Formats: sequence, structure tokens, C-alpha cells
Amino acid sequence: MVKIVFVDPEGKRHEVEAEEGMTLMEAAVKNMVPGIDADCGGACACATCHVYVDPSWKEKMAELFERSEAEEDMLDFAFDVRENSRLSCQIKVTADMDGLVLEVPQQQG
Amino acid sequence: MAEIETQALIIGAGPAGLFAVFELGMVGVSAHVIDILPRAGGQCMELYPDKPIFDIPAQPRITGRELTERLLEQCAPFEPVFHFNEAAQTLERESDGFIVSTASGKRFSAKVVVVAAGGGAIVPKRPPLKRLEEFEEKSVFYAVREKEPFRDKRIVVAGGGDSALDWAIELAPIAERLTLLHRREEFRAAPASVAKMRRMVEAGEMEFRLGQISGLVGENGKLEAVQARHAGETFEIPADTLLLFFGLAGRLGPIEKWGFEMKGGQIVVETSAFETSIPGVFAIGDVCTYPGKLKLILSGFHEAALMAHKAVTYVYPDRHYTFTHSTSSEIIAEKLHLGEKG
Repeated sequence: MVKIVFVDPEGKRHEVEAEEGMTLMEAAVKNMVPGIDADCGGACACATCHVYVDPSWKEKMAELFERSEAEEDMLDFAFDVRENSRLSCQIKVTADMDGLVLEVPQQQG
Repeated sequence: MAEIETQALIIGAGPAGLFAVFELGMVGVSAHVIDILPRAGGQCMELYPDKPIFDIPAQPRITGRELTERLLEQCAPFEPVFHFNEAAQTLERESDGFIVSTASGKRFSAKVVVVAAGGGAIVPKRPPLKRLEEFEEKSVFYAVREKEPFRDKRIVVAGGGDSALDWAIELAPIAERLTLLHRREEFRAAPASVAKMRRMVEAGEMEFRLGQISGLVGENGKLEAVQARHAGETFEIPADTLLLFFGLAGRLGPIEKWGFEMKGGQIVVETSAFETSIPGVFAIGDVCTYPGKLKLILSGFHEAALMAHKAVTYVYPDRHYTFTHSTSSEIIAEKLHLGEKG
């Protein structure tokens, strides 16, 4: 199990146990993290699972900040997109993500 | 208004709702279908009409649009009555069924209700801006119904998809000034529209600004400027009208308050017939939840079939029902006008 921390817009921390291979979105939905709507269920078609990846992970895991072209396109439908914005359905959980912190935006839409 | 009577009322015309028409039809139950959208297909049509789907059994590759068209064709023999642009509002129990009313005031009297509402009513995404409500429908809009009200306005169009580009191109010639606001140089839109927009920008017929919307300036719903941010800088674009095109999102809305047992925003059902905690009301497709639930279109199909076999017992309480395969179904033979000998 990999520990992932979602910080909701009120600043509340939600620690969830994610399985390797599942997506960060699935881990959030399964644990009912507020603010991850995931309307399309992981098809990269809605941008309602937007998260901000803790910038301090940039050195450790640069790939966490690399968005695919489809994801970049989808982020056009998100609000307040930042350098560390990702769609959580596009990130597969791996063992080395243990302790990763993700911020949930104020509103998905 | 007079009540519209139906044996089954299906809420939602996405894949699960459309296949429910078929399965109910197979057991002799007729259906009316309501949907908040102007057409059938739900998320498949609104979010990914041209994206291929790969996990529909016996359809190695099918787009959301094709799937919708085929489901409509498949359920057509059972003559469903569609009511589009209708949002379900309230559910009341009556002696032997339910009354469902819609936001427009239509009332349906049904023996059984099938909630196939997916992720909820698909509505435009609203940005998290302070005092947004104050401006909505006065100077901030999510759609253009008529062009004329936008004549001689100072318009900001925010977004980078097809809707944003189409309306920017359409409205720029009649606007006093039109600014397209988008977060990056690239656009996820038809290449022809992007090219046309760039030509218009070059010719000074519209303006393009890089940035993301961050605030609204004005009083009493009257917009004076749109605030935006780019690369750490905040700036204002003077405007009296703002059009927002950030796609769509689902909201379950009033249905959530119908008294079902809910979990994580979804309706809890048992898995022998996908009935909710209100007997006679079923929930199928993405809207329902149960242990092991997968939000797959094919799960919605399975749920529709089991639902229909229980729903029929409410519609015809005295009839003994025997299971039949579609291949030997008399109802199917009659509806499709198949000959006596095949």
C-alpha cells in the first residue's frame, strides 16, 4: 500500500491507502476525498479530477509533473491551472509515491 | 397541467437509460424518458462523441455518437417517448406508483421510476470566482442563444475549445470589441477555426490575450472588467459581457434529496434488481453504487436487464412472468415484424 495525502480546499488532510497500479483519481474516489468529481470515470474527458502536485516532489520525481498532450488539452477545461496541475486519472500509483501530497483545487467546475 | 401517464419513467437518456427502454420493452413495459439535455446520449454525446470506446462487448471500437445511434435504433421498436430539456425536480409517492415533476412543470405518473442519471445533469462548468452569481445571466453567460443581444458589446470570451472559438469568430463582427482569453497559445479545437481566429486577430478584428480568469469587476450584476492572470501578472480587460466556455460537468441536483440512501454522491442499490431504498424506484448506470460497482457502460446494460425483471412485477403484479431469450421472444418478433418462419 502506498500512502497518498489529498489536501482539500479547506486545508483538511485526507490520507488514503492506494494500491500500486490504480490511478490517483481512483484512490481519491474510493476513499471519498471531497473535490475529486471524476465525472467521466477516468477517460481524460472532463478535467474534474484536477489536482496540484506538491512542488517539493519536482526533484525526486520529475515525471509527476509531465503532462501528456491529451491531458494538456483537457486542462483547458479546468480552472486556475498551474505549473504543477495534473489530472489525477492520468497518474498511476507506484511504490515510490509513498507520502505524495496533492492539493485539491477550490472547485472542479 | 395534466399528468403524463406511463408504466415506467426513465430519468436520463444516456446508454443505461436507452438500454433500459429495450429491456423494459422486452418484458412488456412501456417507457417515457426525460433528459435535461436537448438530445439522447448523455455523457457519451456531450463529453466524448468522437472518442472511440473499446469495451463494449462485440464492438471492438465504437464512438460515443455511434453507440448512442445504435442504442436508439435498438430501443425504437418499443416506442419510447422522449422529453428533452426536462430536469427532474421532485418525486412523490401515490397510491400505486409515483409522480415525478420537472423544472418546467411537467408531471409524470409512473408505476416505476428508473434513475439512470449518470453523473447527474450535465451543466456548464462554473469557475470559482467571487460574486459570480451576482453577474450570471446578467453579464456572464455560458451559452449564446441569440446573437443580437451581444451587438456593440465589449465581450470577453474565455476558453480554448470549439465553443469558445466558434462564438468568438461569430460575435467579433457585431461586438464593439471582443477579446479571446485563453491560458496558452495552443487550442483544442477544429484547426480551421483556429486558423480563422488567428487571421482575425492579425487583422485587428478581435484581440487574443494569454491568461486565466481570476476575478470580476463591477456592481449589481453589471460587469465593468474581467480580471485575469498570466505568468504571475494580474491584469484587467474592460468588458461588459463575459462568455465562459469550460466544458460541462455533472450535478445530480434535486434527485439527491429524494430520500434515497446515498453513498459518496451516488444512490445505494441492492444488486439483485438495482432497486433503491425506495421500493419501485430503481437506479442503474453511473448513478448507482454497490460493493464492487464499476462505472462502465456495460455494467449499466447488465443493471438495466435485472432492473426490468423486477420492475415488471410492479407494473403487472398479477401476471406470471417467464424468462425468455430475445431470440425466441414473441414481443421482439412482433415489434420487429419478423415473419412466422425465420
